[in-house]
Amino acid sequence: MTSETQYQPGTHPSLPPPPSTVGVVGWLRSNLFSSTTNTLLTIFSIYVVYLLVPPAISWTLFDADFVGDSRADCDSGGACWVFINARLGQFMYGFYPEAERWRIDSTLLLLVVLMVPMFIDSFRYKAWLGAFILFIYPVIGFFLLAGGSFGLVEVETPMWGGLSLTLIIAIVGIVGSFPIGLVLALGRRSKMPAVSAFCTGFIELWRGVPLITVLFMSSVMFPLFLPEGVNFDKLVRALVGVMLFSAAYTAETVRGGLQAIPKGQYEGAEALGLTYWKSMIFVILPQALKHVIPGIVGNFIGLFKDTTLVLIIGLFDFLGIVQAASTDPKWLGYSVEGYAFCAMVYWVFCFSMSQYSQSVERKLHTGH
Amino acid sequence: MNETATDAQGKFQVSDEVIIEIKAMHKWYSEFHVLKNINMNVNRGERIVICGPSGSGKSTLIRCINRLEEHQQGDIIVDGVVLTSDLKHIEATRREVGMCFQHFNLFPHLSVLQNCTLAPIWVRKMSKGDAEEIAMKFLERVKIPEQALKFPGQLSGGQQQRVAIARSLCMNPKVMLFDEPTSALDPEMISEVLDVMVELAEEGMTMLCVTHEMGFAKKVANRVIFMDAGEIIEENEPLEFFNNPQNERTKLFLSQIIQH
Repeated sequence: MTSETQYQPGTHPSLPPPPSTVGVVGWLRSNLFSSTTNTLLTIFSIYVVYLLVPPAISWTLFDADFVGDSRADCDSGGACWVFINARLGQFMYGFYPEAERWRIDSTLLLLVVLMVPMFIDSFRYKAWLGAFILFIYPVIGFFLLAGGSFGLVEVETPMWGGLSLTLIIAIVGIVGSFPIGLVLALGRRSKMPAVSAFCTGFIELWRGVPLITVLFMSSVMFPLFLPEGVNFDKLVRALVGVMLFSAAYTAETVRGGLQAIPKGQYEGAEALGLTYWKSMIFVILPQALKHVIPGIVGNFIGLFKDTTLVLIIGLFDFLGIVQAASTDPKWLGYSVEGYAFCAMVYWVFCFSMSQYSQSVERKLHTGH
Repeated sequence: MNETATDAQGKFQVSDEVIIEIKAMHKWYSEFHVLKNINMNVNRGERIVICGPSGSGKSTLIRCINRLEEHQQGDIIVDGVVLTSDLKHIEATRREVGMCFQHFNLFPHLSVLQNCTLAPIWVRKMSKGDAEEIAMKFLERVKIPEQALKFPGQLSGGQQQRVAIARSLCMNPKVMLFDEPTSALDPEMISEVLDVMVELAEEGMTMLCVTHEMGFAKKVANRVIFMDAGEIIEENEPLEFFNNPQNERTKLFLSQIIQH
């Protein structure tokens, strides 16, 4: 025991914490070796990492083959990334004609260029740019991708595929389902019985069926109900299906957020004379959405991965086309590389979404 | 009715123009009869304190005045507008009637300044610059202009309640309703809020205040209304009310608060 210095009451200064509780040593002590069980777990975890990580790294990097143009170049015993290299074009663009692939590139590039200012805090015209991205950009994107006018060759949707198709379905699904979900969530809580019953019914119907069923219905059953001669594109039908399916989930997540808002916030807004929609837009939704960012992003990540189900209606998304390529006799036996590549790409996209959502959460934190 | 230029308190102006008229008003929460035959008039410039035991319906009464609660029978007329379920009338009334709540109900995702400018911009259609100018004027009046860019969560309870008062004043209301504005505050913060309310009264604001702060009632009220079990039991000038209560129920209530 060190002897305590005595201070007069009211004059005790603030002292630094004991050295063993701060810094790296303090962190290790309190987090990794705080008890016998914790110490054993730490040692066990290090052993598991030792067993798994080095072989995985040597397979993917040190023993792997990267360059070449046929399976003969893969002889090092590790991963054969040559397969991925050789088929990369197809993985990215599907069966989109090679001469036209710049159209996909420029559509994507345009989106990236338009999105950059949205992340710059001092940019002042975010609302206008956002409206442009939401309403004008899809039209530009559609004409660029589908072609058939402005001197562009028409590329029919069965030719679309690969990662670009996955991105198109995911982005359209996410962007389209969000506003529908918001309106459904508000509608379900409406005081008007008809509105609330309709929204509840809609949500429960779409949440009650698997996405596969939705896609099957859209591609097989839906055309049967249409009058003869009327035909919607298969991709459009799948997009609408994915969008409504995801909207039902978003609606329930948002409704959870709405329920977490204290009654006083509604009353505070009402007492100031704000109308229903204004109080929703400026007071309730910003708070409710902030609470449910993790849930909404979870939905979006789920949707991104679920897009791969369009394979069953004959659309070759990213996973679909990788799978198809690995059944090619020229590359038989390299499906592990294909799946590993797929997993990495999906992970990069999903992890970025997750990281972005966390940065938004931090930015919106206002101390309550 | 007060028709004199000054009233019992001697320093306040009360006009004889009726701004709130409540006639034979009843309210039920489903089967529960919470307000029974309420009749009262409020003149422009009056400061009315409503007190009574909890559950007596005093908060419900003032919440009916801006239709946060709906009444089922009788009439409430605010500044010439009859309150019905017509949304246009309700919104028109809410624009003219400010309200402060026990728990402030500030919008935590908006800065203090944005809290104050939201309604002027979107309800009064004011320009952002004008709204901010007015907001700063009222934040100065409640003595916290330096907090304008902070968020409500960073302020003390007393400061938050003063922001809430400023937020209501930005709408330039004709009447202010206070629903137990100091009940959720630490003792040391009560007086900073009451001071602001006293100043507001001195400037001639029409106020209806549900509160247990009897000192405040004595200082600024020109009428004290005592409610119990959904009825107005007694109303009088504060001196008479506190020194010479008529009803047994009022006497009991007053003796209980004085004991503490």
